[in-house]
Amino acid sequence: MTSADFRILLPEILLSGYAMAALMAAVYTTRDKLAATLVWATAGLFVALALYIGAAGVGERTVFNGLFVDDPFARFAKVTILLSAAAVLVMSQDYMYRRDLLRFEYPILVTLAVVGMMVMVSSADLITLYMGLELQSLSLYVVASIRRDSAKSSEAGLKYFVLGALSSGLLLYGASLVYGYAGTTQFAGILTTVQAGVPLGLLFGLVFMLAGLAFKVSAAPFHMWTPDVYEGSPTPVTAFFATAPKVAAMALIARLVQDAFGGIPGQWGQVLAALAVASMFLGAVAAIGQRDIKRLMAYSSIAHMGYALIGLCVGTAYGVQATMIYMAIYVTMNVGTFAFILSMERDGRPVSDIAGLNQFARKEPLKALAMLVLLFSLAGVPPMVGFFGKFYVLKAAVDAGWVWLAVAGAVASVIGAFYYLRLVYFMYFGAEQDPVDSRMAPVQWGMLVAVAAIMLLGIVNLFGIEGPAALAAQALVR
Amino acid sequence: MVGLEHYLTVAAALFVIGIFGIFLNRKNVIVILMSIELMLLAVNINLVAFSSFSGDLVGQVFTMFVLTVAAAEAAIGLAILVVFFRNRGTIEVEDVNVMKG
Repeated sequence: MTSADFRILLPEILLSGYAMAALMAAVYTTRDKLAATLVWATAGLFVALALYIGAAGVGERTVFNGLFVDDPFARFAKVTILLSAAAVLVMSQDYMYRRDLLRFEYPILVTLAVVGMMVMVSSADLITLYMGLELQSLSLYVVASIRRDSAKSSEAGLKYFVLGALSSGLLLYGASLVYGYAGTTQFAGILTTVQAGVPLGLLFGLVFMLAGLAFKVSAAPFHMWTPDVYEGSPTPVTAFFATAPKVAAMALIARLVQDAFGGIPGQWGQVLAALAVASMFLGAVAAIGQRDIKRLMAYSSIAHMGYALIGLCVGTAYGVQATMIYMAIYVTMNVGTFAFILSMERDGRPVSDIAGLNQFARKEPLKALAMLVLLFSLAGVPPMVGFFGKFYVLKAAVDAGWVWLAVAGAVASVIGAFYYLRLVYFMYFGAEQDPVDSRMAPVQWGMLVAVAAIMLLGIVNLFGIEGPAALAAQALVR
Repeated sequence: MVGLEHYLTVAAALFVIGIFGIFLNRKNVIVILMSIELMLLAVNINLVAFSSFSGDLVGQVFTMFVLTVAAAEAAIGLAILVVFFRNRGTIEVEDVNVMKG
């Protein structure tokens, strides 16, 4: 416990302190009048910390007696989490203000959730893992039901709570078995035990933990909460759910299987491959019948989690690198898409029916074009960056000899392309009817256009994220 | 003599009862909250049993953390339930159905 340990933990300590100070300040002063300021201050702090973590972090250090690790992998995940959370915060401010939703608790709860995610991706011990996961989950349950007077929002919160608590229970039961049969909660100790031989109890624990984490990334067959929670929560909250928590949970799966169970890739590879295939096909097929764009994005995220899991289940450093690149691209695309979904309204009320997009291109050609780029990218059509995400994970699968998995991924992406392209069809060639209004604050408009531009310009070199992602993967896979 | 396996069996039984309580229960959301507590307590029995039989204290430390988190979880669950009750006037499981799925 030296001051060096605390310096490693500085971003987390700073954010927790900020959350508590902001809570006190808001309670004792102007309450909700402070909310807009808090949103911008929080987003600014996130960006500053992301820059700090990205620039100042060097090497790999385990602190607090092996509870917490700071390595390139954790830093890559943290920067992605912080930047996407900041983007979602600033673009939701206008929406929440106009719908009278902007309470000061919102940025504070998001901050606490982000602290939880940062602890998750840095965990080197089952206790740290559990505490980080719960801090994130408990904040998210409250954020889901933040619209207190809406039956839909409180139902979304209740469903998310019940299924989230169930998944935490599964994860914890697995953790208790792992502790019992490995004799330690530290990942390094578990790895040593695993390399000497795998007791059956340890495998049971591993499977329980993976099932619990699959809930958190909404991988099929543990996805049932996703469509309802996405539909019921206010749209800014849905945008948040679709971005940062997914990165954190995916990074946590990577850390758990590599750091603690790295010696037995054959055992968890099969489980993750089954989850990946189920998610890809369920996400692609079930989204076809959806009429609500938020439900559609829920199935879209289920399918995307399937692709990200492909990179993890092959168990190579290249696979982990592919997954991290995929997640970074995925959150960027989702930020842009949700910037558009946030702006969809009719007579000042938010709408999410996809039929409202009919003939949208005639009304707003530039926004329709940006959405076209994003939807093509989500579908994985070649010139866009989204294609390279899929290409990396499928290549990782082929390189590691999982050809059938890569073929399944390609087939699922063709099926999935249908519903993205149908949205494009509605916007450009849909039935004659009055399209939705799209009222955007400058921030949302900027996000939409910037992300669309990234999807086109990123094909040059993916903005150089390959290098950090490769470094991150090498730190994890030994 | 009560051995480790007896504790593990009790914990496993309680855990399974908790899971079934969540899925089979058609009456009341409060029962679901109780089932969640049951699952977490089953885990605690596991942890303490392992800890005591291996002579390693970490499991009991873990238990204290789980207890704390379980209390926070129950508080948040009840708060969300109160909000839900205000909107709908009921906490029957079958009435949690504004959205399909």
